This record gives sequence, structure tokens and C-alpha cells, in this order.
Amino acid sequence: MKRLEKYFEKIKPNFEKDGKYEKWGSVFESFETFLFVSAKTAPKRGAHIRDAMDSKRLMIIVVMALVPSMLFGMWNTGYQHFLSVGTDAGFWQEFFFGFIKVLPIILVSYIAGLGTEFVFVYIKKKEIEEGFLVSGFLIPLIVPVDIPLWMVAVATVLAVIFGKEVFGGTGMNVFNPALLARAFLFFGYAKKMSGDKVWIAGLEKGQHLIDGFSGATPLGQFASATKEQVANGGFKIFDGLHNNIISFYDLFMGWIPGSIGETSTLMILIGAAILLFTGVASWKIMLSGFLGASALGLLLNALPDGLNPYFELPFYYHLVSGGLAFGLVFMATDPVTSAQTEKGKWIYGFLIGVLIIIIRVFNPGYPEGTMLAILLMNAFAPLIDYYIIRANIKKRLKRIKVRA
Amino acid sequence: MSNIIKIKRGLDIKLVGTPEKELKEILPSGTFGIKPNDFTGITPKVVSKVGTEVKAGTTLFYDKYNPKVVFTSPISGKVSAINRGDRRRILEFVIDPDGKNESETFKNDKPENISREEIKENILKSGCWPLIRQRPFNIIPNPEVSPRDIFITTFNSAPLTSDINFIVKDDFSAFQTGIDILTKLTDGKVYLGIKAEDVSNTFTNTANVEKYEFAGPHPAGNVGIQINKIKPVNKGEIVWTLNAADVIIIGRLFETGIYNPMRIIALAGSEVEHPQYYKTLLGTKISALTENQIKNNIDNKRFISGDVLTGEKVTENDYIGFYDTTVTVIPEGNKPEFLGWAKPGFNKFSFTRTFFSWLNPDKERVLDANLHGGERAFIVTGELDKVFPMDIFPMQLIKAVMIKDLDLMEELGIYEVAEEDFALCEVVNTSKIEIQKTIREGFEFAIKELG
Repeated sequence: MKRLEKYFEKIKPNFEKDGKYEKWGSVFESFETFLFVSAKTAPKRGAHIRDAMDSKRLMIIVVMALVPSMLFGMWNTGYQHFLSVGTDAGFWQEFFFGFIKVLPIILVSYIAGLGTEFVFVYIKKKEIEEGFLVSGFLIPLIVPVDIPLWMVAVATVLAVIFGKEVFGGTGMNVFNPALLARAFLFFGYAKKMSGDKVWIAGLEKGQHLIDGFSGATPLGQFASATKEQVANGGFKIFDGLHNNIISFYDLFMGWIPGSIGETSTLMILIGAAILLFTGVASWKIMLSGFLGASALGLLLNALPDGLNPYFELPFYYHLVSGGLAFGLVFMATDPVTSAQTEKGKWIYGFLIGVLIIIIRVFNPGYPEGTMLAILLMNAFAPLIDYYIIRANIKKRLKRIKVRA
Repeated sequence: MSNIIKIKRGLDIKLVGTPEKELKEILPSGTFGIKPNDFTGITPKVVSKVGTEVKAGTTLFYDKYNPKVVFTSPISGKVSAINRGDRRRILEFVIDPDGKNESETFKNDKPENISREEIKENILKSGCWPLIRQRPFNIIPNPEVSPRDIFITTFNSAPLTSDINFIVKDDFSAFQTGIDILTKLTDGKVYLGIKAEDVSNTFTNTANVEKYEFAGPHPAGNVGIQINKIKPVNKGEIVWTLNAADVIIIGRLFETGIYNPMRIIALAGSEVEHPQYYKTLLGTKISALTENQIKNNIDNKRFISGDVLTGEKVTENDYIGFYDTTVTVIPEGNKPEFLGWAKPGFNKFSFTRTFFSWLNPDKERVLDANLHGGERAFIVTGELDKVFPMDIFPMQLIKAVMIKDLDLMEELGIYEVAEEDFALCEVVNTSKIEIQKTIREGFEFAIKELG
């Protein structure tokens, strides 16, 4: 390490003012601070001791919290694939299959995104902001496994440029960049992002498929349940072979078709535990999100039968299916795009939960509402904060009037 | 007997190097210095030029925009230098003591016998006036305006700071005199913020004041927090604050008629051989305390006039700041750390639990002045609120200052805060933003705009 440190010391002058590669100074600095926490000390006046936490640490904690979901997603990719072709492959082969499928998506997401970031580092002459370390990890986990890699690259680049850099970089963006990437894909290449075929590796091509195998996600099945089906014994959803009913337990554990990292509520909860214990994410947003979804789910359950079969899905099924848990834990809690006041966080989270269920149940077009609900509330977060802050201002003004 | 207010949001940072309660008197030696930069917003006009013989209490300079506010010499001697910086800005007045201990004489009388105007004049002429500061903006007050109330905190809650109780206990009668004087300067009250559940506390015996007890973590001892909880500052109102130890200087002025700015300074920090208290005068050189007191050698050490949260980085040859009662020495920490952000961090300080140091939160640590990261835009929300116990939105106020929106600053409570109230915010801020500097710039901007 000493040698590396010395080497960096040696080449550093080239990148400083009047150095040979002065223009690349910010790029160099980005690499340097990645390898070494800088020797910079506190300014002359101000606080002389500082928290060891910085934005790099912040992002790495979130990435670590995402790892369980990613590992499970890899295994589940393989498991679903071998289920569809009718082979019993065993744990390691399933995991390895998924690993080979998912790794390129992660690599493409990071290369495309960080490449774009570095262009902006060069243009803006400012050290790289670490926000994309998380975004680049989130994007692969919220897309279907068979997504073409070039689409991932295009969506990522667009999201970084128009979702983040045009606003001024990490900390200034209005929308969550990873969700924006997904939205680009969803609206631009809808065929690859929805339906019954995209969620399981190889299903679209139909090779070696068992006859009659269906790749429909549980949410898709809930949405298409008819009145008669519901009347005859409630919601029944099946795995691809149509011989096993997917239970609440299965949904919770996550061995079901879906976007790569979103299926296992258990793994997401492990991630949530890491985020909450370290104090990185807001428990208020997570909790109020689940409360909001449960509240509306319960309300719909309580309505008289027969209005809409989907109303009757027990509310707790909503919490473990689709991207609800993943969205609430990892995306809604993005501090930059969520409400910034503590009271506002309660409202923001709750409304996301409510909106997810509204979009799921009332909208026949989209079986899943998490992405749209969070993006919509991203747009409204500043408004929520505005009213919370106005209340504080009013209180202060009132104090004067009381005195006067 | 009094009212207890519990502060919930805050943080006590445990550091190695708390001063022992031992007092050592240092005889005046070497030079003394007064630095106009310690006073925000004043423009010094020289009265005592280089070579002038001065006594304790002789005017050195005054404020160009407020000529009544004068700044005096702490000791008798000769002005040996007036050091200037860029654009001939005066950095410091250096006084060479002559050992004669002569003093200017001022009025001395019992508080009940003198009028408000006479008191004011006495405080102004002696050079005690700058000891008083006002909210809003934490600046020296305008003598023409009477304060709504006066607030005094009697304890420091920041890490490695002096114990005011220890400082004041031997001079309690002068303290009481000072309080009696101050009560005559306001139509309101004098409020005393006292540490809760401290039975040996001298201050509980203070008369003629309104006492409030404060419990909880830092910044419970900050006068700004106490004002906010007792009777917040509204637009158009002015309150005064001062260090409890400086009340003694004012008290002594009226008891004896001389300006005797005696200071008990705590020398603290992990790099100090034996942290303890020193009895000296205002304007003492840092080295008078730190000489032969620093562990190993003085390389890569940070000398701070003031405490680790709000002080100013100085060298051994600088003078202790006008308002500072602590000198702290910590490691500079100017070394890069390989992949430091990815390490488990069993021994790193963090308000969050992102490092494994959460395993023993009560351990006293040796912390250096490293920033541990680069400056970014605000990312994390809610972290500042956790250490900012006022009914104010800290991040929003800081942002209002950044965009120089005076109306918004006013609405969000700029009049109620001082830089020191944001010190913990600056410590825990993930984005490493210079928050105290931002707030100070906000003050300067507001003062300029409001005229």
C-alpha cells in the first residue's frame, strides 16, 4: 500500500494546476479518493473533528444491504429457468446459471453509468459523486433477466444524464435515477418489460420448454383473476407448471418469477435491517409505506364483494408481491428524492404505499405500481416539505404576534 | 426550585484529554496580543500606536462604525507591534508587558448606587463591552439599544471544554456583582442556564436571576439552545449573551475600579501531556500554556484556540482568542488512508452505526482533524435535525443562506442561532459542508442587507 501511495504522490503533480494533464485533474482525484481517504483536514475555523462517515461509506452500506437480494436473485434466475425447462439442476448449478445471466447486466449498468459520470467529472472539473454506486447496483435488480444489454446501457445513460446530471448531480436530482432508468425501459421497450414471458431466462425463445409452462408473475395472475375464480375459493396463483399453488410463504421467500432482485421479501428485509441499524435509511418512510399499502389494502378488503375481484386480495399479499417491498426499502428511502423533513417523511411514505395499491388494483394496464408511485411521490416530495416548513414559519410569526 | 428543561437531540463526543481540575498560575511573561479578527463585523481604528506605553484598560483601538466600543490592553506595558495582513488589515496588537502592573482607573461603586448610563459608560470605557454579545448574529451589541433580556450559560457541554463551575467558584462574589450590574442594563430579566442535577453547583446560589436547569447532551450548554427553550428571539428583538467567566471581569471592574481580564484557561486534548487549568490573562500566547506540555514533538499537531467544535486553528505563536477559555491540541491527521471508507472501523468515530465502533460507544477516543471525505451537495436528510435541538429546520436554513434569500433566512430563524449551535451539524454532516462558515457568511450578508 505504501508503494501505491508513493506512486500516487509521484504522479499527482501532473494532474494539479499547471501540470501536464491538468484537464484530467478531477478524474485523477476521483480515482485517488476512491483508493485513499484524502489527507485533507478540517479548515481553519469550524469543527475540527469530523464524523468518519462520508458519502462513499454511505453508498457502500446501501450496496451491502442490496447484496442479499442480488445473491438470491441470481439463484432464483437459475431456479426459474431450470423449472421452465423441466430439469432439476441443484443449488449450485442454478446459482451459477443465474450468476452468468445477471453479472453482465450489473457490469453493463456500471460501465455505462460510471462512464457517463466520468464524462461529467471531466466537464464539470469536480470529483466524482458516489451516487451511482448505488444506482448502478439497483438498476440490474429491478429489470427482468432477459432484458437486452444494450437497452440497459441506453436507459442507464439516459437516466444519469437527464435524471441527475442536468439537475447538478447527486443531491440535486428530483427523481430516483435507478427508477428513472426503469421507467425509460418500461415506456420505451414495454414488450421487454412486461407480460408473462420476460421474467424467466430463456422463456421468450421458448427453447426446451415444458408444454404449457407459464411465466406469469403472481401480480399478473392476481390482476387477471376473474370474479368466478375468486368466488370459487379465493385467489389461487400457480407456479409455471400449474401444479403447485404459490403460497404466502412462497411469495415471502421469493422463489417466484419477477424482476431479478425484487422477489424475495426476506432478503429485502435483511437489507432493510442493515439500513435501519446503521441509520442510513429512514425507518419512517419504510414503516409508513407499509402502513399506507396495508391501510388501503384493508379498506379494499372491507368493501362489499363483487365490485372488482382484485379488491378481495388479502392485503398482506400485496406486501410480499411485486416490487413493493424492494421499492419501499431501497428506492423510496433515497434521501435526495424523498421528503426531507421528518414529518414529511411519514406523509411521503404513506402516500407511496397507498398509490402502489391504487395503481395495482384500479389500473388494468399495469399490474405493478411501485415504480410509478415512487416517481410520482418524488415529484410531490418538495410540495410536502413546503407545507411542513410553512407551518414552522407560521409558528414563528405567531410568536411575534403573541408578544406584540 | 427552578425549571428543568430536557434536551433530547444532541450528541456527547467522548474524547481523550479532559482537563484535570488543577489550577496553575502562570506569571505574565512573553508578549500579549489582541486580535481584531476575533470580533465579527468591526473595523479597527488605531488609538495606541506602536511604542505607546499602555496600562491595563488603556484603549488600543475602537470600532470605526461604533466609536464608543473600545478595545483595551489586558496588561500594562508597551505596544511593541501592530501586525497587518493583506490590504493592511490589522491582524493583532502586540503588547510587551513592563511588569509594573499599572491600571487605568474607572468608576467603582455598588450597583445600586449607579445609573444605567453610568454603568454603560464604565463598561464601554474599560473595554469590557466586547465581552458582551448579542443575538441575532452573535456580534458585539450596539450600546444605544437595550436588550430584551440577558442570557448566561453556566456550563459548557462541548467535548474537552472548561468546567465553568470550577473557574467561577473562587470568585463568586465578583460574579454576583457582575450579575447585579447586568440586571440594571435590561428592562427584562437576566437568565441563568444551569446544568441539571449538579448538587455542588455554585451557580444555584446566584441571586437576582431567573434560573433554568438544562439536562441532556451537547448542545444543552449552548446559550443559543437555552434562549430558544426559555424565550426565543423574535424578529426585531435583541438579547445579550456572555460567558459566565466574563461576568467576573465586569463584577471586578465595579468592585475595584480596574480592568483585570483574568482568565482561567483549560489546556485539553489527546496530545497534551497533562491537561489542566491555567490562570492567566486575556491575550496570552498559546505557547505560554503549551510549552513542554505536548506529547512527543509538535509535528502534525493541531493547536486550536477554543474547543474542537468551534475553535480556530492556530500556531503556538498565536494568541488565545478573545472569547476562548479552552486551548485544545489534537493530531492533525493529514495522512491518506488506503480504502478508509471501506474498512470496518472499530476505532472510528461516527454518529451513525456505519462503523463497528458502535460496539463501544462510551470509549474515549483520540480523534484527529481529518475530514474523512470530500465535500458534496447535501445528500442525507434528517442527520442534522438529530443534533439540533431547536424548533428550526437546520438544513433548510443553511440552504436559505447558501442561496442568499434574506426573507427565507428570516422566516426560518436566522435571528435565533449562532455558528456554535451548528457545530454538531458540521461534525455529523456526511457531505462535509462547512456549515459554521456558511452561517457566519449568512450573518455578514444579513448585517449588510439590513444596514
